[in-house]
Amino acid sequence: MDAVVRLDNITKIYTMGDQRVEALRGISLTVEQGEFVAIMGASGSGKSTCMNILGCLDKPTSGEYMLDGVNVGTLSRNELAEIRNTKIGFVFQGFNLLARTTAQENVELPMIYARISAAERHARAQAALGKVGLSERADHYSSQLSGGQQQRVAIARALVNDPAIIMADEPTGNLDTRTTFEIMSIFQQLNKSGITIIMITHEPEVAAFTKRNVLFRDGMIISDTQVENQTDASQMGEPA
Amino acid sequence: MTQLLMSLRIAIRALKVNKMRALLTMLGIIIGIAAVIAMVAIGSGASKVISDQIASIGSNLLLVLPGSTTSGGLRSGWGGTPTLTYDDARAIKNECPSVAEVAPTVRGTAQVVYGNQNWSTIVMGTTPEMLVIREWPLQEGRNFMVSDIDGATKTCLIGQTVADNLFGDVNPLGRIIRIKKIPFVIVGILDRKGQSAQGTDQDDIIFIPLLTAQRKVFGTQFPNTVGAIMVQAKSADVLKKAEEEVNELLNQRHRIGPTKEADFMVRNLSELMEVAEQSSKVMSLLLGSVASISLVVGGIGIMNIMLVSVTERTREIGIRMAIGAKERDILFQFLTEAVLLTTMGGIVGMALGIGSALTVSKLVGWPTLISFHTIAIAVLFSAGVGVFFGFYPAKKAASLNPIDALRYE
Repeated sequence: MDAVVRLDNITKIYTMGDQRVEALRGISLTVEQGEFVAIMGASGSGKSTCMNILGCLDKPTSGEYMLDGVNVGTLSRNELAEIRNTKIGFVFQGFNLLARTTAQENVELPMIYARISAAERHARAQAALGKVGLSERADHYSSQLSGGQQQRVAIARALVNDPAIIMADEPTGNLDTRTTFEIMSIFQQLNKSGITIIMITHEPEVAAFTKRNVLFRDGMIISDTQVENQTDASQMGEPA
Repeated sequence: MTQLLMSLRIAIRALKVNKMRALLTMLGIIIGIAAVIAMVAIGSGASKVISDQIASIGSNLLLVLPGSTTSGGLRSGWGGTPTLTYDDARAIKNECPSVAEVAPTVRGTAQVVYGNQNWSTIVMGTTPEMLVIREWPLQEGRNFMVSDIDGATKTCLIGQTVADNLFGDVNPLGRIIRIKKIPFVIVGILDRKGQSAQGTDQDDIIFIPLLTAQRKVFGTQFPNTVGAIMVQAKSADVLKKAEEEVNELLNQRHRIGPTKEADFMVRNLSELMEVAEQSSKVMSLLLGSVASISLVVGGIGIMNIMLVSVTERTREIGIRMAIGAKERDILFQFLTEAVLLTTMGGIVGMALGIGSALTVSKLVGWPTLISFHTIAIAVLFSAGVGVFFGFYPAKKAASLNPIDALRYE
């Protein structure tokens, strides 16, 4: 089977005035269907830049990026927007739900841009909220939800267009330990059902919930290891 | 369609969040549209007053005046000498193809008596065509007949002012008045025409048959002569042509050559009217454009607020872009918001404008003209203002970089 993500010698160079910053210097990475990858590294290591490129929010300076069989490097701004819409689901550190909008409407948003009919939107949003256990909170506004609940809405939003991959950028960075377990447990369940997930984190404990850890330093991958004993987040409910 | 509904819902929600700000922003458009509608309504009302006055003189009119002559070194002014005749008038009617109607007149002032009332007024001898040319309907009774003219009957048509002053509440029709002590039967009462453009009372007049005036009332030393001849051209297009035809015909009839000064003069009344009408049009255009400036200022207000709104919602734009909104989705969203603002403002402004136009017309007594197309233009224009002034902020929002927008705090 073809890889979901294939990065081939990706570089990214920012030029600010006369200063050149090499954020990525030749990254090659392949992620297969069904993997659960943690990208780790200190700040400035290039992991966020890599995430932006993986998420089609940014374009590499050189190198080739194949996402689900599509060569993303050659696409226009609008085509990238469509890729983000249909092939990628984002989960952010700061949740990034729309204010003054209900959970249901937040989850429907990607489908609006996919031009899906109102009836289907409604049904699919309900189903996605069900998967993250928030069916009964569908009519609550973002501000009425706790941090963990907001992040679950964000996950439902990421899922709703059946993306090829979910990109999570420090999804537990703003959450306490218990809620972190909750969220990671959801990710693990989703992964078990076959969904590919790439997650950025700088916490080794969180990375332990994934199946594969990729470590960045100075714009390069310095290690890429399979996790021997994946921790089951659902067993971590009670603090030891 | 669904997208439009969606954008509308998003826009309504965005406006609801900042109700006060939306209202204040709209106020600019409200005032602008209200001003445009009120000004145009009042302006075209005023312009209608003027053109009604002008029309009351009659349309497509030429006035042929008898000429000046020189006798013993003294030159008389226009109309000084009776050089025009009834035959001239009939010739104009019969031989000038561009002429529709001709009404020769003999005019004088006379004391008019009914019972114990008396009144001094203008008595004009003329033919039935006069009422056609002046577009002057009868309130009651009948116009002169050919037999009245040929038979020089002692019949008359009286204006409203004369009727009021001599008869008061009594119906004058069929009663007998004395003009210069000669008894006349009133056969018709003219409709009220009001003031002329020069401010004279057009209703203070009595019409009598031309021959009666020539022979019995103002018996002149030059029989068969007439004062002015009113000539109506067939249409505004042939007015100039009619003027040339009349000039040519009268030159021939009066044997005017290169060496002889013309003893008549043809005046084109419509030219004066066109000038008057033009000036009133310029006036309402001016009012409208002054009002439009406030609309433009309102539009700039919209642009300002939309720019603030885009900056405030940078993060929201970033989120929308990250989950797949294309440039045109964002562009459309902000344009919809701007157009919604201005259209709502436009509708409220329209109500306000119509209201104030009606109030002004009540207070001042001017008619106001609120035409459907003024309203349609105002609403379309306000939507246009929204598109025009909303485009730049919307474009700015749509071309944001999603990464920067997401990071924006």
